[in-house]
Amino acid sequence: MPRESRQNYPFSAIVAQEEMKLALICAAIDPAIGGVLVFGDRGTGKSTAVRAMAALLPLMRAMTDCRYACDPDDSDSWCEECRSRGEDKRRSRMIPVPVVDLPLGITEDRVVGALDLERALSQGVKVFEPGLLARANRGFLYIDEVNLLEDHLVDLLIDVAASGENLVEREGLSVRHPARFVLIGSGNPEEGELRPQLLDRFGLSVEVRTPVELRERVEVIKRRDEFERARGSFTEKWRGAEDKLRRRIVAARKLLREVIAEDAILEKAAQLCMQLGTDGLRAELTMIRAARALASYEGERGVAVSHLRRIAPLALRHRLRRDPLDESDATARVERAVSESLLS
Amino acid sequence: MILTEQAGIAATLFAVDPVSLGGVCLRSPAQPARERWLRLLQESLPEKTPWRRIPSNIPTDRLLGDLDMAATLQAARPVAERGALAAADGGILVIAMAERLSAHTASLLNGVIDSGRVRVPRSGVMIEHPARIGIVALDESEGEEDPMPPSLMDRLAIVLDLRDIEPRARLGGVHDREAIATARRLLPLVGVTQGIIESLCGACAALGVTSPRPAWFALQAAKVSAALDGRREVCAEDAALAAQLVIAPRATQLPAEAMPRDEPSAQEPADRSRLAEEAASGGPDKPQGDEVDSRVLSAARAAIPPGLLVRLESAHANRSRSPAAGRAGALRAAGKRGRPAGSRAACGRGRLHLVDTLRAAAPWQRIRGGGAGKRVRIEPGDLRERRFKVRSPTLTIFAVDASGSSALNRLAEAKGAVELMLAECYIRRDTVAVVAFRNTSAEIVLPPTRSLVRAKRCLAGLPGGGGTPLAAALAGVAALAAQARRRGETPTIVILTDGRANIARSGGAGRAAAHADALAAARALPLCDTLFIDSSPKPNPLAREIADAMRARYVALPHPGARDLSGAMRGSSW
Repeated sequence: MPRESRQNYPFSAIVAQEEMKLALICAAIDPAIGGVLVFGDRGTGKSTAVRAMAALLPLMRAMTDCRYACDPDDSDSWCEECRSRGEDKRRSRMIPVPVVDLPLGITEDRVVGALDLERALSQGVKVFEPGLLARANRGFLYIDEVNLLEDHLVDLLIDVAASGENLVEREGLSVRHPARFVLIGSGNPEEGELRPQLLDRFGLSVEVRTPVELRERVEVIKRRDEFERARGSFTEKWRGAEDKLRRRIVAARKLLREVIAEDAILEKAAQLCMQLGTDGLRAELTMIRAARALASYEGERGVAVSHLRRIAPLALRHRLRRDPLDESDATARVERAVSESLLS
Repeated sequence: MILTEQAGIAATLFAVDPVSLGGVCLRSPAQPARERWLRLLQESLPEKTPWRRIPSNIPTDRLLGDLDMAATLQAARPVAERGALAAADGGILVIAMAERLSAHTASLLNGVIDSGRVRVPRSGVMIEHPARIGIVALDESEGEEDPMPPSLMDRLAIVLDLRDIEPRARLGGVHDREAIATARRLLPLVGVTQGIIESLCGACAALGVTSPRPAWFALQAAKVSAALDGRREVCAEDAALAAQLVIAPRATQLPAEAMPRDEPSAQEPADRSRLAEEAASGGPDKPQGDEVDSRVLSAARAAIPPGLLVRLESAHANRSRSPAAGRAGALRAAGKRGRPAGSRAACGRGRLHLVDTLRAAAPWQRIRGGGAGKRVRIEPGDLRERRFKVRSPTLTIFAVDASGSSALNRLAEAKGAVELMLAECYIRRDTVAVVAFRNTSAEIVLPPTRSLVRAKRCLAGLPGGGGTPLAAALAGVAALAAQARRRGETPTIVILTDGRANIARSGGAGRAAAHADALAAARALPLCDTLFIDSSPKPNPLAREIADAMRARYVALPHPGARDLSGAMRGSSW
């Protein structure tokens, strides 16, 4: 749908799509969950939701003059420049959470960064010009139609998304810098499948569908029309809801450290993963993490079975070992396993 | 009549607001009527509106922009060059042969349509240009060919089919430039009632249009129509017209059709029929506007072109055919084409990678006496050439003999074998297609798909009995293989038969003629990896002959147990 880049559609005004909103909120509360994959029908507001989410988040504190927007409060994650900078020169400012689009046609050097061509040509000096990964540090990296991304870019992302660090070795440059971002991918499964390794990097996955209720569809069109006609007043109308949601996310982030997952819950999670035959431990870890984020979002200090049950389809459905001849879809398989092992 | 009228009105509506309508999909072969329509559109637009025409195989750098090679070398600093999209800002981008657009190019276009901006994502430059464009996609596909990428199609409001237009027809509904300019000014003031929105959404639901975009576009089109008429309020006529132009061509079902037409287990059709019921019963708590609804719906219904639903049905059956894998024909020729995959030091034959060459040369400029403002000095050692990756997915075509002579019990075994091979195809990410032949004809029972579930289902329902029209089957396989080649895929063929052809090409019975025809068809098969599995009780020399004619690997399996067969395939080099 038509969309101006400057003013974002409010997150709270998105009609239905509860699962997608929940996944994005969890990822915003705990970025370590590792990103969200949104698969679904065309025109269901996937990219609108991602942009709206980033706009909703509070400003973050970042080092001034740092190309990677290092966090002044987390010296472990600083880039080399911030480390070497004297204490008296460290200043910070508030910036919006970055959302970086990774367009499909992009070249590798634009993603990882490369030699600054202009300065090399005019001054003959070797300076690193950071790429999109640097800009996405501490924010969101959004890839629309991620299933069509070229293989060499996929390889690169798989590596960086896992390590949180971008290593550049090219044109005589040797640079490493932090690149921790929430990877958001969207796509239409009918147009191509995703490599399992990349699938695994996404903590949560959601399936979005066109609203089925006529009332919802009318509401989608109505709100969009209202927004396009008068962005200012529409945004104003939703400000209250947006503020409330923002406060809730901020509170959840604070509470997150205190949320406990009891052994009984961990056992349930392990049981569920074993029953579904998911590979590796990542599935369990992600599920527990996301369940904690959900618990904190609901203001609770302990993970309950109900949290696990709600988060399980999101955390597991893209990690199932595929049985090509099993006709039931992944969501149904997870739900079956949930009702068997969690409710027993 | 309606058609010529509609075509003219569509051009006028689009001319008023190309950006929020997204574009027009013009289904038509290259014919005078299409040229007349394009001219009409051009004449309706304000003077000096940018108008760019691009081929569907346009490279990414020409589409989005890149470094301007000459200017960069001259100025010794990176100079960006605008691509076709930025050049078309504020105007119209015409895409020739849009049905050949790759999914990749389509997704680039989608991004620009959605954001109204184009980013030059190339090395050394990071520039954004506004690109508020309207697209005219010329779709010349016909028959079995794939239409244009559905994701792009979804972003174009108007779908116009000029395939059946009278060659000399005059296009109606024309407004002059002044009227259009007035409408443009009035457009932002046009309001719309809840009832109109409901009726448009209802029409979408009733016609099985699931994406929300068409409803949104129909609303925009209705507003434009009101503005052209000098009104500030959308009325029922506007909505009816919008439904005709935007919603009707995307119909996947007729209104209030109770039963979905295929796969009742699949989610989507079920949703659709529910929507249809809801719409038919007037939708949930609708206070008013039943009359508007029926008007919009009947207008849309009248505009559904005859035969559309039949065509759609076959398109729907092909839906899981992956456009990403398809249409990659251009990517096949290795070395100088394909998806870029970085660069390497030049060895003399490839295409120059300008940016990387400059990068290699850059650090040496001071030493070589270049520098700011001077020419860039490049030595042979700096030259870098582009590397490309060639992607060529495989389509495995199974031709299964379901005739009476391949007795029924062996047909079951053959199905089992194909199922096993399917599982292997899945692992290798192949697409598969199944051709079955019996009685007098061969039939593509499964068009190319990655969905093994569908393959399995279609095999299970395959009936047996009748004659052996081997020649027809081979012709069908050849056509599939040729199509796959055009899409840039590598076809592989597995033929499972006892080789006892008894139905000739003409459809008549007779072993001699049938065998001769089969031989001819076998020779006409495109050269590719072929496995011929002879399922007769003992090796059949006639089958061997046919296998040789198609240069296939011949495997005689007296009783093809499923496991054996799969083993034979693994043994072959396919």
